[in-house]
Amino acid sequence: MPKYNLTVNKKKYQIEAEADMPLLWAIRDLVGLKGTKYGCGMAMCGACTIHIDGNATRSCSMPLSALKGKEKITTIEGVGSPATLHAVQEAWIAEQVPQCGYCQSGQIMSAVALLAETPNPTDEDIDAYMSGNICRCGTYDRIRKAIKSAASSQTKVGMNK
Amino acid sequence: MSVVNNRRDFLKISGLASAGLILGIPGLNAAQTIVKLDGVAAALELNPFVMISPSGQITLVNSRPDMGQGSYQAVPSIIAEELEVSLDKINIIPSDGNAQFGSQQSGGSSTVRGLWENLRKAGATAKEMLIQAAANKWKVSPADCYAEDGKVYNKNTRASFTYGELVTDASKLAVPTDPKLKEVSEFKILGKYAKRLDVPAKVTGEAVFGIDIVVPNMLYAVTIHAPSVQGKLVSFNDVKAKAVKGVKHVLTTDHSYPGGKTKAVAVVADNYWAALKASKLLEIVWDNSQITGSINSDQYFADMEAASKKPGVRAEETGDFDAMFAASENTLEGLYETPFLSHAAIEPVNATAHVKTDGSVEVWAPIQGPDGALEETAAQLGIDKSKVKINPTLLGGSFGRKAFMNFMAEAIDLSKQVQAPVKVIWPREEDMTQGPFRPAMMSKMRGIIGRGNSLAAFSHQAIGESIQGQHWNGIQAFRADDWIAGELSMENHKYGFGVHHLSYSRVKTAIPILWWRSVYASNFAWGQECFIDEMAHKAGKDPLKARKELLRNSPRDLNVLDKLESMLASYPTLPAGHARGIAMFRSFSSMSASAVEVAKVDGEIKIVKVTSIIDCGLFVNPDMVKAQTEGNIVMGLTAAIKGGITFNDGKCDQTNFNTYEVMRLQEMPIVDIHIMENQEKPGGVGEPGLPPIAPALGNAIFNLTGVRLRRLPIDLTDVG
Repeated sequence: MPKYNLTVNKKKYQIEAEADMPLLWAIRDLVGLKGTKYGCGMAMCGACTIHIDGNATRSCSMPLSALKGKEKITTIEGVGSPATLHAVQEAWIAEQVPQCGYCQSGQIMSAVALLAETPNPTDEDIDAYMSGNICRCGTYDRIRKAIKSAASSQTKVGMNK
Repeated sequence: MSVVNNRRDFLKISGLASAGLILGIPGLNAAQTIVKLDGVAAALELNPFVMISPSGQITLVNSRPDMGQGSYQAVPSIIAEELEVSLDKINIIPSDGNAQFGSQQSGGSSTVRGLWENLRKAGATAKEMLIQAAANKWKVSPADCYAEDGKVYNKNTRASFTYGELVTDASKLAVPTDPKLKEVSEFKILGKYAKRLDVPAKVTGEAVFGIDIVVPNMLYAVTIHAPSVQGKLVSFNDVKAKAVKGVKHVLTTDHSYPGGKTKAVAVVADNYWAALKASKLLEIVWDNSQITGSINSDQYFADMEAASKKPGVRAEETGDFDAMFAASENTLEGLYETPFLSHAAIEPVNATAHVKTDGSVEVWAPIQGPDGALEETAAQLGIDKSKVKINPTLLGGSFGRKAFMNFMAEAIDLSKQVQAPVKVIWPREEDMTQGPFRPAMMSKMRGIIGRGNSLAAFSHQAIGESIQGQHWNGIQAFRADDWIAGELSMENHKYGFGVHHLSYSRVKTAIPILWWRSVYASNFAWGQECFIDEMAHKAGKDPLKARKELLRNSPRDLNVLDKLESMLASYPTLPAGHARGIAMFRSFSSMSASAVEVAKVDGEIKIVKVTSIIDCGLFVNPDMVKAQTEGNIVMGLTAAIKGGITFNDGKCDQTNFNTYEVMRLQEMPIVDIHIMENQEKPGGVGEPGLPPIAPALGNAIFNLTGVRLRRLPIDLTDVG
């Protein structure tokens, strides 16, 4: 079986897996990080969203063979640190966004990527970027509010620097 | 969240079984669940919901699995209020299905309303014992002591003991049978905003759902089921599947569907991807020839329409509706229709089981009721319940689906066969195509406008398959389904029609059905509430005012409508090209009323704003009530505007989120939610916000376009 070198949340892993194994299952079952979720297996629901070199990616539809080995992969476990949560995670807590919570890893990873690209997103930006992530519990209104409050807290931090 | 995940482990770790105070309450009420009642919970004398260790650690049990509705915190909050401990200083552990915890089924929006009295007593009982223990130490009367924030204080000396310091003495005292409960005005937790303790773990990826469980040496399984759900397995070719690296076994397993059993084919591998890939290479022959009844949704709808032309089984009658209808000139009627729906929780159904060589079994699964899981597991393996350990996990959504545990039975059967721990995860396609589904139903509505343009007489004929009938064959042909009859009764809707008629026509289908968020209310509110609007318009009345006239003897419901009216009046005047509709429905002992504002934009209907009010009596956490109501708006709109489930040629047409669409963020309207505050008994929260959404939308579209829609789902791009 082919071997792959992965850098996940700044840690290096070597895994042995079939080339067509989607990154989602490599992260969950071989690396052992369970925060990234399976929902549909066809990039329709966004529960498996991670970052590859900062870009939001649906890991369920990214085979290991598509990786070159140098990519920096970030999952929900690596987006903040236990001591310092990411501003988006803080906003998610402040707005009490999650209900069941299952889709929220993917929601947060999408929101972090959105704000990295567009620090002050408009309503239309949020709608366009976040509509690839389904929340069946219906937390969309709070997701919108949390993204806006994370955007304004990040802007404030930037101004203080 | 606590690393200790059940009471047995907790007791082992803390050594509490002998040293601490384990207290419960007599006669925990097992009623108000939506599953079969087994009577296990009645009249137990000690139910261990409160554990206090001598070192002062307080552990409270949550007996209702959390699927996002907030029971994880709501249940301990009820105990903590009376026990006088703050939520940030307690451990919370789930119950394990054993009978001393009473009914442990999350369902029927029953958690808070079902546990409110008894768990307050559980907390108050423990508090009184702790106070008595302190009073004994100080040689004063308990009246000279009070409890606050985990301590008992001496009123006169200001001295105090922690609960941990008192627990050994307290555990030797007699359990008070009639503890004094706090007045609502004294509440510190109940009814107050609280941040949820489970939220931090849900934003860092640490929260453990069923799908995340890891057991040493565990294998992964995919099960493939008959596309017709009930088809019989004839043969399968597994040569290609077995060639996939990592595949260990290809075998059959028993598979349950509502009312029956068949076989499924399972691929067991050392990683999930291998099992999933191999499952797609299986060549399976199914035999559908024995299937009776319709497995075609068009046929079922045709059968329902035929049934609408014949009288149903009478459930309730005030006056002689049929005679009056025949004699009246000002009458109207309409046939309303709702489709099959998938629960489509984002976490597909899954379970992990380990049948051990000593004959015992351990199960980890996202299930709605560990008590039912315990019973079913013991029965499946033919072993004593003491050999079964159930570990309920967080559920990644459920909406009713994970209360039907056929996926758990597969994990147990496969673990037994391959003699290793097995985690079964249904691929999304199996989760979606196998159901069971929210039933499709029809409502034949008839009304009579009387003298003075009064809404004089009302008839609702509910038509379709019965959940109880399909699952348990529990419906006799001459009786109406009692869940439906209760939901649509005058006692429930409280509209004061002088003449009222309610009937039910059961139409069977082989398409498997199940309770789905708000159960039949999600079907029948559509017909009831759109038709009330039809009658109001025919009588030349404003629909809100017409409802107020009908509810003149129901002051609590009038308050809800008054509030809705004043909220709408406080909004800016509706712009040209916008319109609004309203609806209300009582379910699970709570009333919810909604207004939906729509606009026509580029020839399409856009949902602009949803206003919802919920009157659920006393509640635990207003933010959780609000969150559930927000969720019900989204799920109610999805049910109204997205495609339903259809069956053709014995197969489900929808397989994943590309063909079964759900609402996404860009479609989210503005929401405005109000919670009525009163001191009525707690009602349900998780479901009652859903039923009025679709009819409020239908009524809004009528007001905007003049087109009366009677069939769901609505295609917003193609209305009038």
